Amino acid sequence: MKTLFALARLTLTELYRRKDFYVLFILTAVVTLAAGSVNFFNDEKIIRYVKDLCLLLIWISTLLISVVTAARQIPAECEARTIFSLLAKPVTRGQVLLGKFLGCWLAVGLALLMFYAFFAIVTGSHEHRWPLGGYLQAIWLQWVMLGIVIAMSLLGSIHFAAPSSTSTICFVLVAGIVVVGPHLNTIALQQPQPLQTIAYTVYFLIPHLEWFDVRDRLVYGWASPAWQDIALASVYGAAYAGVFLLLAWLGFRRKSLNPG
Amino acid sequence: MSAILKTDQLRVEFASREFRGTTTTALVGLNLEVQAGEVYGFLGPNGAGKTTTINALLGFVPPTSGTAHLFGIDVRQPIARQRIGYLPELTYYYKFLTAEELLRFYARIFGLSRAESDRRIEKLLKLVELEPVRNRPIKSYSKGMQQRVGLAQALINDPDLLILDEPTSGLDPLGRMKVREIIRRLKDEGKTVFFSSHELGEVETVCDRVAIIHRGELKASGRVADIVQPRHQNLEHAFLETIGYPIP
Ligand SMILES: Nc1ncnc2c1ncn2[C@@H]1O[C@H](COP(=O)(O)OP(=O)(O)OP(=O)(O)O)[C@@H](O)[C@H]1O
Ligand SMILES: [Mg+2]
Repeated sequence: MKTLFALARLTLTELYRRKDFYVLFILTAVVTLAAGSVNFFNDEKIIRYVKDLCLLLIWISTLLISVVTAARQIPAECEARTIFSLLAKPVTRGQVLLGKFLGCWLAVGLALLMFYAFFAIVTGSHEHRWPLGGYLQAIWLQWVMLGIVIAMSLLGSIHFAAPSSTSTICFVLVAGIVVVGPHLNTIALQQPQPLQTIAYTVYFLIPHLEWFDVRDRLVYGWASPAWQDIALASVYGAAYAGVFLLLAWLGFRRKSLNPG
Repeated sequence: MSAILKTDQLRVEFASREFRGTTTTALVGLNLEVQAGEVYGFLGPNGAGKTTTINALLGFVPPTSGTAHLFGIDVRQPIARQRIGYLPELTYYYKFLTAEELLRFYARIFGLSRAESDRRIEKLLKLVELEPVRNRPIKSYSKGMQQRVGLAQALINDPDLLILDEPTSGLDPLGRMKVREIIRRLKDEGKTVFFSSHELGEVETVCDRVAIIHRGELKASGRVADIVQPRHQNLEHAFLETIGYPIP
């Protein structure tokens, strides 16, 4: 456990030192500015539209941050050869993987908190409404969802050679899952036979990230999802993240690191 | 007495990526045995397979056949590395950390308590003379300074066995002397040191026993005095003859 936290902390330190957080600040500024512009409108529809846009921005940027940081972790360790000094210690490859996962997950958790805090403050100061419970649920769900994405990117980073291609492939995959995934079952119905089964299989295999999306509820002020649904979604997310991490570990364990 | 470091018919082949089907054989059935409390020098010309042997001992490269054990534990188990310190041939550390942070990170990996790691970090930074730069990121260090960070991190867990790959490469004469001193002191503390080197003079002065390998094969091993026959002038001569270089 100590080892995992040491590794997670190392990941956080690296992100912080690499000045990656500047990107985050810029994104936050954009979100804040966008959200702040609601002050200029009085039309309920436009305000909703702006809020929707802000949340979409948060959604996309955290996805991007997750994919890019997670996909880089292990290839960067191999490339800088720091992995050898590390594995010369009594550390298993599984621990390295889990530590990296934990570090990335905590990092995007912090990013999420920051984004939502700014969003809440700016919109709240205008509307004098503070749906804290709703925000917390939204943050939690999104965080669980990003856990799946991080695990997936780590898995990808072990199987594809270059970190850059891993980020791109993972991001396209995630985008596909978010955009096409939910409609795959309806698409499947319109396909001829072999394709229909394949589409259905894919539909049942992929993690449904859109289930974690409660943006509409925040924008329209609908009732928050029930707590048992959230618990269910968390279990669902943990299961997918677990499977991806397991697959990543199976790959990483056998991977020849080729020193020298 | 059981061996602390042991390889048995260790064979390592590298499959070539570019030329399918061809393999490079780096080690050909290597047998090594290092006893507790020894300083053991590991010699061989460039490309002889020293680094490969060390990589196999650390579990980085899987043996094609044969086995390697540390403290009687197969090197495939991470626990075999609990009581060793390893210095890589080239410096591979997290460049965004400072020397102190790097040592603290590794101390955490070994599960040391806060007080214990504080104590050891102080001692080690003093030992390798990096105290003045302890709060500067490693990327701003010179090569020799990075090599000394490496030595410090290898000692963080107070290891019983040290595996050093060319510990003095890149160090100035003073730094080399310091490393020799450290090795001697470790020996006095009852530790075992296994190191590869091209500095034969250094090896002659600090090692109890040496092994000479050439093209992945063990050519000679034993006490320096036994390897250097009366007909040789020094270890260098003996070394050159052992690897088949015609000496004048
Ligand atoms: N990752 C690798 N892939 C393919 N061949 C390798 C690899 N690593 C080492 N070799 C080959 O194995 C042989 C032994 O190399 P090794 O690095 O062990 O030599 P060395 O004794 O450490 O040499 P030096 O004194 O130059 O450090 C060499 O022929 C080398 O080309
Ligand atoms: Mg070498």
